[in-house]
Amino acid sequence: MYSIAIAFFLVIIVIPAIAGILVQLLTLPSLALSAPVLSRMSDAVSWSFIIGLIVSSLDILAGIPLAWLIVRKRGRWTTLLDSLADIPFVIPTVALGFSILEFWSSSSGISSIIGVGSLISPGSLLIMLLHFAFSYPVIVRVMVGEFLNYRETYEVAARTLGASAFTAVRTVTFPILRPGILAAFLLALARSLSETGATIVVAGAFENGTVFIKNARDAGITTAVVIASLVMIVLSLVIFALIKVISPRLKLGPMRVWPGFEKKLSTHSAENSRDFFSILVFVIFVLLPCLFIAFPAIEAVGGGTATEAIAGSGPWKAFWSSMLLSYGIAILATLVNIVSGLPVAVLIARNQLNSKVTKIVDALVDLPIIVPSLALGVSLNFFWGNMGALPEFWVIVLAHTTITYSYFVRAMSASIQGIPPELEESARTLGAMPLRIFRKITLPLTKYSLLSGAVLVFTRSVDETGATSAVAKTLKTAPVLLVDWIKGTVNVTAPERALGVGILVLTSFFALVILRLITLRGTKKG
Amino acid sequence: MPTVSFMNVSKSFDGVSALDRVTFDVDDGEYLCVLGPTGSGKTTLLRLIAGLLKPSTGTISFDDEPVNEMISQNRNAAYVPQQYALFPHLTVLENVAFGPLARGRPESEALSMAMKSLELVRLAGRPTAFPKELSGGMQQRVALARGLASGARLLLLDEPLGALDARLRLDLRHKLRQIVKETGLTAIHVTHDRDEAMSVADRIMILRRGRIQDYGNPKRVYDRPAGIFVANLIGGAAFLEGVVEATGGDSSTVRLREGVIVKTPSHLLTTNEPVIIGVRKERTRLADYNAENIIEGDVRETRFLGNSREYVVRLDNGDTMYSRQFQEGKNERFRIGDKVTVGFDRSDVLIFAYPPQGLGRELEIV
Repeated sequence: MYSIAIAFFLVIIVIPAIAGILVQLLTLPSLALSAPVLSRMSDAVSWSFIIGLIVSSLDILAGIPLAWLIVRKRGRWTTLLDSLADIPFVIPTVALGFSILEFWSSSSGISSIIGVGSLISPGSLLIMLLHFAFSYPVIVRVMVGEFLNYRETYEVAARTLGASAFTAVRTVTFPILRPGILAAFLLALARSLSETGATIVVAGAFENGTVFIKNARDAGITTAVVIASLVMIVLSLVIFALIKVISPRLKLGPMRVWPGFEKKLSTHSAENSRDFFSILVFVIFVLLPCLFIAFPAIEAVGGGTATEAIAGSGPWKAFWSSMLLSYGIAILATLVNIVSGLPVAVLIARNQLNSKVTKIVDALVDLPIIVPSLALGVSLNFFWGNMGALPEFWVIVLAHTTITYSYFVRAMSASIQGIPPELEESARTLGAMPLRIFRKITLPLTKYSLLSGAVLVFTRSVDETGATSAVAKTLKTAPVLLVDWIKGTVNVTAPERALGVGILVLTSFFALVILRLITLRGTKKG
Repeated sequence: MPTVSFMNVSKSFDGVSALDRVTFDVDDGEYLCVLGPTGSGKTTLLRLIAGLLKPSTGTISFDDEPVNEMISQNRNAAYVPQQYALFPHLTVLENVAFGPLARGRPESEALSMAMKSLELVRLAGRPTAFPKELSGGMQQRVALARGLASGARLLLLDEPLGALDARLRLDLRHKLRQIVKETGLTAIHVTHDRDEAMSVADRIMILRRGRIQDYGNPKRVYDRPAGIFVANLIGGAAFLEGVVEATGGDSSTVRLREGVIVKTPSHLLTTNEPVIIGVRKERTRLADYNAENIIEGDVRETRFLGNSREYVVRLDNGDTMYSRQFQEGKNERFRIGDKVTVGFDRSDVLIFAYPPQGLGRELEIV
């Protein structure tokens, strides 16, 4: 069973992600690019990494205080804050892009309050604001988990040894949680490097790596698409490997303490100010820009656009088809992920084969997260496109399976690792066969993670834009269609555009509600 | 050097009382052991002193100064939790130097203080090791050195030997007391191990359900425990129900079941008063016909304990007594079913007023 799962993992997930682009590279008649295109490409790729690193650092600075607040000041209002922090996570990024564009750039957004035409025009700054907003919940989610699992006794011991609250957290808590902070940073960086759909919406004439690949592809400059994708993939892998390898070995040097200054930062008023600013940053830079999309959608419902939408007339026929396609693909990608990902999750969690194989599989599972999704899509397109007979629909399903694979396997392997091996060992000594142990012991105990992992895969698939636009030739999923609507490639009115995005947001919101309900049931049972 | 005072201190969590009107003093340089079963309020008491919790009511004072509002880092009270909480990312030396550095001492001075503390606990040879590279006993000593180097004058030890194996615990508990006494610290040591408390403490406090049951030096608490619960917690004893038969002079007699008469010390008793008598297992002797009290019975169980043997004897009146025999010759060994006499002296009998809620409740270790 493990051999089949590993074969699937290598043949369907890993090889197409890399091989497609390599094959294409080798078959290109020439690798030469004109000087202007080469210059555009190097600028765009550099910007991707500059924006990614800046945004991830800012996310860490802003997200950690909010995660801290949620965990350390447990109450009804922090639970609400916890739920609100998830909102950008489930809104499809293309809708998020549109919302942020409207909030910061349009005359009806924040500019109208300040009294300027457009506060921030589409371009690099708006991309940063967008990436900040959608990476933020990743940081909060990871750090809330880290803080919940953290043994507070370290901090308590530090404080009784004379350290102020701020010193204790800075010199003890954060260094101990360094692997978690690093993981959160890398996830945020990966999200920023990967994102395509929403970035295109807010980029204007500016190009980062993924926008350049999209534009080059639209312009038919295949050589530029291949080289830029390859450069993005290689640079991403190198940067992630470097951060992962070097960071744990970095010695921070002797501990420095500024007792007077840090004592001031530990006072109640300083703490309250910090909490206030954390919430303010969250509301102004994340929550409001993300929810801004809801307002024009409400107007659209009142103005009769909703009736047209329900009737399916005009552009709505294509919209509903794309929604059906999106959800159909998401269901299939989720099912394929569950069937193929479960054995790999068990393999990683329980080191079922020899440890070298497990280590290799463990490292490769993160590949689809690390590689920018559009670059991944380009590779998948070349790979599956060269396979010939595979219908476009199935190519999209396979692309989504690849992109969402890490989420399911990681959620499940972490959950299985949490089960004491003694339970399975006891079952084995009582005469149960491996499959029965999995069905009767492992699966019931990880049911919650299986369901929430599946919902995560499902929502990520519905929201996916970059890779889909790379592999799809004629079919359009909902986010890809909405990119066309927002970019003006298709002739739609503003209320239609707002309602289309609103419907996608609403369906994603239901997914969030389902996720919360499952979480609640899981918690009650646990 | 701080003296610590609790004046009517109570602490409750969501309406559930953890400590209830607790009043006591700890003297300068004293080694106090707080003994009690799980959930008795020991750790709450320690965390209140450390400033990690605030009392719901009452006043905590150091050197007669109230400290209820003083934050933990200003109390000069080093808290050593059960698992030591050594910072895993810092070396032994960095762990020990943490306190002085956190208080703003220059690095060279902090490191020198840390080295002195490490020498005191005989770990000066491992400054660059990380906590995970040390044995449990070494980790315990690093935690102690860290507390010493921080300049704390009050050491708060929460089950400091609880995570160690039995033999190491025996070795380290005396070392712990020795270091505390050498450095002139005041120490408050929480434990649920009776032997540990008896052997290291200047005074013992017994807690139960958030209330002090007894407070005094170990010998007094052993010889004259304040109640049945304390007597039972401090040392295994048989507790028998009876009625005062007669009182007078320095002696009284108590009638047990089936009319068995036992001579007891006079204890301001009144005739016909229901009482409980307690006799510790190590104070009884089998087949000793010179004892002041001799009761017949038969051996029901024997337990070999290495340096001694314990016998469970069912008395003829239906009560059960225990006897621990340390000097056991070949001829003095008894087997299950043997008829024996259990002998004990009048002065070895503990006598208590009959508890209003019954004997069973007093014997519950909660």
